[in-house]
Amino acid sequence: MNMLRRRRIVNVVAFTASTVATGIGLALLCAILWTLLSRGLGALSVSVFTQMTPAPGSSGGLLNAIFGSVVMTLLGILIGAPVGLLAGTYLAEYGRGSRLSTVVRFINDVQLSAPSIIIGMFVYTVVVAQMGHFSAIAGAVALGIIALPVMVRTTEDMLNLVPKSMRDGSAALGAQPWRTITRIVYPAARNGLVTGVLLAIARISGETAPLLFTALNNQFWSGSLNKPMANLPVVIFQFAMSPYKDWQQLAWVGALLITLFVLLLSIIARSISSLFGQHANPGE
Amino acid sequence: MNTQAIALHTRLRREARTEGVFRMATKASALLVLVLLVGVIASLIYGSWPALKVFKWSFVTGERWNPVTEVFGALTPLYGTIATSIIALLIAVPLSFGIAVFLTETCPRWLRGPISMAIELLASVPSIVYGIWGLFVLAPILQHSVQPWLIEHLGSLPVLGVLFKGPPFGIGLLTAGIVLAIMVLPFITSVMREVFRMAPLSLKEAAYGLGATQWNVVWDVVLPWSRTGVVGGIMLGLGRALGETMAVTFVIGNAHRISASLLAPSTTISASIANEFAEAVGDLYTSSLFALGLLLFVLTFGVIAAARLLLMRLERNAVRRV
Repeated sequence: MNMLRRRRIVNVVAFTASTVATGIGLALLCAILWTLLSRGLGALSVSVFTQMTPAPGSSGGLLNAIFGSVVMTLLGILIGAPVGLLAGTYLAEYGRGSRLSTVVRFINDVQLSAPSIIIGMFVYTVVVAQMGHFSAIAGAVALGIIALPVMVRTTEDMLNLVPKSMRDGSAALGAQPWRTITRIVYPAARNGLVTGVLLAIARISGETAPLLFTALNNQFWSGSLNKPMANLPVVIFQFAMSPYKDWQQLAWVGALLITLFVLLLSIIARSISSLFGQHANPGE
Repeated sequence: MNTQAIALHTRLRREARTEGVFRMATKASALLVLVLLVGVIASLIYGSWPALKVFKWSFVTGERWNPVTEVFGALTPLYGTIATSIIALLIAVPLSFGIAVFLTETCPRWLRGPISMAIELLASVPSIVYGIWGLFVLAPILQHSVQPWLIEHLGSLPVLGVLFKGPPFGIGLLTAGIVLAIMVLPFITSVMREVFRMAPLSLKEAAYGLGATQWNVVWDVVLPWSRTGVVGGIMLGLGRALGETMAVTFVIGNAHRISASLLAPSTTISASIANEFAEAVGDLYTSSLFALGLLLFVLTFGVIAAARLLLMRLERNAVRRV
């Protein structure tokens, strides 16, 4: 009897603790979002989008940083997405079950969680050191390399969801595999592939570490891919660590913008993939 | 008739040629994933060669990090990296376990989706945001309320006391560990949730039939059954924690100093690289930072690869069982 009661008490305590743990997890998300909103919204104004990053003590905005982030993220996706799509296609179609795919899949999964700062050092060696200076294109290459494993993983997962009978049907009509893949499999997996691209954008648009010594930063407007370019993450880093109040204020605005953008993208991506009837989770 | 046949023939040949090109393109892209890895390793070894030649093994065991006298040892950042990651796991693993249990056992079905999504959103928040939050929100809280309490109540304990000595800086190993814990929590939770869900219903029902409470089932049936996956998930989280850069850079304090106290500022491998790389003067300094990068790569690659192997084996077993 006593033993039974003890087990019942343990049961209640344990499940209460697990509920509390969930509460803590949710509270942390809320706390972070609340801080961003309360500190960032107050300083959010039109000038953030119309003026350049200021010198300490003067007012300004984040225009050049936002522009730089958009440019480098888009370029990064343009580099990473096509290669990732093709590599994922190999894993799911041509190389299915081959030893090469097993190795590539394993290495790709490891790269998914590998520290991004190391990619920064790699790009520094092969691009920055060769060109002799920091540049936006180096930053874009670094972001592209980080986007690649996300694309490979989602592409493979999504193509695997397309029923084999569709491929068989296409082959029976005399189509070569490449025609089957581009005309039948890709369209069938379209939503999933879009999800992959969105998740890859979400992943790289907040990346800071690989940009620190590739794109560096630029206090002024620069449209040249050959020069250092301002970007939101590095500006946030620099401004937040500075002793100047107005710089810190802008850092909060930047953090708010970037977080809203990334969270919105993740939510959209997840909704698309759940409509598609699939659960995309390359972050694991 | 003849011209038609020729036209068909050339068309088929063109189809076949495109097939070859497309196939090669996909294979080359897949190979590029491997080439990139080799490139990363090669560039790290190439970059760190001068430093490793000068310092040899003392690079890993040396405690001094002095850009002026050009003496570099990685022991302090290595210690900081490992200490912060351990703190992160000590906090994140129980929390993740609790959340995963809640999501698979207690949670009403309609709440499962939204709560899982909210927890996973923690993983999409950029690491720089964790950094700025840690520095401006978490660190002051720790400095003014948590750390003084720790110092007063735990600082005088016989053995553990050294961990909680010294003034409350707010930033340091403990703060970095807490921020890291929040960041790796969604990854560990998500793996645990997946493997808990895979536990066979028949096993659970059998345990209930024997009179087990729900907690008995979780602790004595589900957890042992999913042991491999749980360890894999924890190691995946560890890999993330070891390599995380920006969030840690904000709150670690960047001091090349080993102290026993968890409240003291320190540095990690990734934070040292992030802080010093762009400003490093002299070949030996830059090369030493590359050597730090190589060390970090070996560490994280080993941990993540082991985690992936565990999880892969699990997946294969699951497929076989079905």
